[in-house]
Amino acid sequence: MTVDAAVGPTSARPLPVLDEADTAPFWRACGEHRLTYQRHRDTGEVVFYPRGQHDPALETCDSAGLGTVYTFTVVRQHGHPFFRAHAPYTVAYVDLDEGFRLLTEIDAEPGTLRVGQRVELHWEDHDGTSVPIFRPAG
Amino acid sequence: MAPRRAAIAGIHEHPLRRAPGRSKLQLKAESAARALEDAGLTFADVDALYDAGETGPMSGITVAEHLGIEPTVLDTTSLGGSSYEFHAAHAARDIAAGRSNVALLTYGSTSKSEARAIGTGARSAPDPVPGLNMEIPYGLPLIGNYALVAQRHMHEYGTTPEQLAEIAVTTRAHALRNPEAVAGLRDIGLKNVDELTVDDVLGSRLVADPLHLLECCIVSDGGGAVVIVGENVVAGTRKPPVWILGSGEAVGYPGNTRDLTTSAGAVSGPPAFVEAGVRPEDIDIAMIYDSFTITVLTLLEDLGFAKKGEGGSYVEGGRLRWDRPGAPALNTDGGGLSSNHPGMRGIFLLIEATRQLRGESTSQVDGARLAVAHGNGGQLGTRHSAATVVLGRD
Repeated sequence: MTVDAAVGPTSARPLPVLDEADTAPFWRACGEHRLTYQRHRDTGEVVFYPRGQHDPALETCDSAGLGTVYTFTVVRQHGHPFFRAHAPYTVAYVDLDEGFRLLTEIDAEPGTLRVGQRVELHWEDHDGTSVPIFRPAG
Repeated sequence: MAPRRAAIAGIHEHPLRRAPGRSKLQLKAESAARALEDAGLTFADVDALYDAGETGPMSGITVAEHLGIEPTVLDTTSLGGSSYEFHAAHAARDIAAGRSNVALLTYGSTSKSEARAIGTGARSAPDPVPGLNMEIPYGLPLIGNYALVAQRHMHEYGTTPEQLAEIAVTTRAHALRNPEAVAGLRDIGLKNVDELTVDDVLGSRLVADPLHLLECCIVSDGGGAVVIVGENVVAGTRKPPVWILGSGEAVGYPGNTRDLTTSAGAVSGPPAFVEAGVRPEDIDIAMIYDSFTITVLTLLEDLGFAKKGEGGSYVEGGRLRWDRPGAPALNTDGGGLSSNHPGMRGIFLLIEATRQLRGESTSQVDGARLAVAHGNGGQLGTRHSAATVVLGRD
């Protein structure tokens, strides 16, 4: 594990690798502001994170972007320059209504979020993709 | 009681928590020599090598060459802090299968000297696996990962910050009875090396809500070694054998419906107890991976010491201190919270459990007969491994 010396104090949010084989289609869809998950055509089983695109039984679906906070933490200390400047920020597992669980950021005043709270999807646009983040619903 | 085929016969914990100028390999080699000496054996006796790869890729070759040994059983299972419980389980299995007689496990780390920020570090993964690639943009540090578990545990069961703090208070009390831990806390620059109160813990700053600084393991250098031998070798060793009576292994990962308050320990624990022919309530010494307070609370439940959701009340009132009857003594060396945590502390769980069952601990429990060592590797809130080892004396 090394700290990237090229990362300056004004660095941007770290982004996923956009050509990783299984997750590239997910991040491409994010670039179109679509939050996608997979579902087994026969069993209805929800698959997430995405697995390959070679199983004909798996269909890709769009989420409505509404969910419930399963758990969260307020991160107050981080070694990466972006997150150090960004702290305190809230990271949560959100259970989407379609049945998949996503680790994400909640844009909320630290200390105000609760487990079980309803949240809705927003997009933070970047070069090559958009990052799904959530805000308290309504 | 289970058949007794393999036993821990030699142990060594490197005393230094700051070892500038020493390499990981040197810490491993030094510890190995002392552990073999403890067993009354030599490097020439070693025929099986177990290694978690902290010195780099292909460590089975590197470590064998450096130690000048010629093992005919090699196992480089690398599952973070739990690696050494996996190694102990595998060594017992290999010995029982007649593949080896003298197994060597070693560990060396210079995390402190390298100033590695393990819990809050800016870790970059140039070639991330898919699960990790989904999480990169969100800046969840290791402590935050465990905090996700703590938050959910509090929500579901009403577990309180005070109850979690009790675990840090207990391990500090044990550390203060361990001269090497006390020296280590000073060496790594801790300002407060006194007894802790629940208020002290909750008064330390929040690092990732709801976890406070004093609920997090320290970062130290460290090293250690364990020698495991077959029953035919035991008679010639110097110290009373500590038998490996049972073991279990498991992994856990997020999924879409996982109950985050239950770890893979709930899967690895039961078969270990069954194989050993004992129950959790029989255990005198609980060496449970204490990366964070919530790790211990979760694992106490998962291993069956307390019912799920009742871990909070179970640890109240210093119940797991070495001198309290009615419950096992927890991490009597001071644990990762207050003795040492060089990154993968699983080997020290085996070492202190062995000290206890030999009667050599600095917080010795009278008549300690049975111990459990449970390693948790990876990150509890996302991807983690679990290995449980039940140990017993003659």
